Amino acid sequence: MSSLDPRIRRAEPELWEIPLRSLEPLEHWQTYEVFVMRTRGSQAQHVGSLHAPDAEMALILAKEQFARRSQCVALWVVPTEAILWTNPEEEEIFLPATDKSYREPQGYLHTRERIERFKDRLKPLQSYD
Amino acid sequence: MYGNLVVRPEDIENWGKKIEEEDPEKLAEFEGRIERGEKIEPQDWMPFEYRRQLIRLIEQHAHSEIIGALPEGTWITRAPTFRRKLALMAKVQDEVGHAQLLYSAAETLGKSREQMINDLLSGKSKYSNVFNYPAKTWADTAIIAWLVDAGAIINQTTNSKGSYGPYVRALERICWEESFHLKYGYDSVVYLATGTPKQRAMLQDALNRWWRPIMHFFGPPDTQSVHTEKLIRWKVKLATNDEMRQQFLDMYVPKIWELGLTIPDPNLRKNPETGRWEYSDPDWGEFWRVINGDGPCNKERLAVRRFAEEKGRWVREALRAPHARYVTPLA
Repeated sequence: MSSLDPRIRRAEPELWEIPLRSLEPLEHWQTYEVFVMRTRGSQAQHVGSLHAPDAEMALILAKEQFARRSQCVALWVVPTEAILWTNPEEEEIFLPATDKSYREPQGYLHTRERIERFKDRLKPLQSYD
Repeated sequence: MYGNLVVRPEDIENWGKKIEEEDPEKLAEFEGRIERGEKIEPQDWMPFEYRRQLIRLIEQHAHSEIIGALPEGTWITRAPTFRRKLALMAKVQDEVGHAQLLYSAAETLGKSREQMINDLLSGKSKYSNVFNYPAKTWADTAIIAWLVDAGAIINQTTNSKGSYGPYVRALERICWEESFHLKYGYDSVVYLATGTPKQRAMLQDALNRWWRPIMHFFGPPDTQSVHTEKLIRWKVKLATNDEMRQQFLDMYVPKIWELGLTIPDPNLRKNPETGRWEYSDPDWGEFWRVINGDGPCNKERLAVRRFAEEKGRWVREALRAPHARYVTPLA
């Protein structure tokens, strides 16, 4: 048997005669978006995408790619083409068109002052007792 | 607008435009966003030059990871102990995983993974020069895992402050994983450096072989490097080649000297007045020769990659779903 030592035995690619053939579109399959739930009780979060031939393989590959070191209690994969998104360039669509303070906690800040004013108003009446 | 779609050149209105042909209002808005420290996301408008440079950068980075797995991978079957073998397999798996993260990030800009692999195999796209050198002994793998990965971490940590969202996210994950490589590499080097005279000699030999490629690692000196100013303003590049090289020397030369190893450059010293490292010219002629295909392992590296694509073809074909439709990954 010839040596396994890479100082002695080098690959001889010129003997392999491998044709230079271009990959076609989709030869590396379609993509899936991957979500990881890190602990019980936390939201699953998007962590990236990968190429896979079907959902089952996507899960197997996602386990290798996104859960081989960090903690993970559950993995989700979704075909990228199933996701509809809004364009971050149009983020202004999420700005309120009118004053929406009525639906924010900050819209209800002055209850304490109102109570104090109310108490002040009661004071002169109470002094008659 | 909402959607899911394939980012194709013909759908991008400013594809191929020179920077001076771009819509000045959109360009100002884009540059303002970067200046405020906001990230650019794939669906945002961006000047074509930014898109082109990022595809080139991220694609080269991805190719470097996948080709970078080869010099070390050779040693998996010859690792000196079972623990080292497990660690080396884990490291090589990480590198291939990094390539996949990076290919996905580059894909968001409108170049498919198949196109990138085609450009790698035909020699049109480049990858890091350092992987065109052979790992002749086990000590070479230790030097690679410590010093080449140290260089990669400096490079990647710098780039992770960049402006393109998908690249930044991939890099943050990559840097986190690379910290194991660095520790593993340092441990392997220290083990040999504190071992028998034969082990020390093997390590010194490997350092002698790798010093020049490592000096080349950060790219040509700033005086020879083109297109830096605009890329720095766009936060595609965040430090110059020389700045990163200086940072590397600052962090690692003392650690190498501490182990009693000799760096094969008699002129290497830190100038106490300027605070900068001075060194001999590491032969930039060799750098350009190797990058243009004439290195010790260029042919072998590409042939191995071509072999993998060609011999794996039937497996991919067998698994392929007949009605699959490609859309560009989201982020």
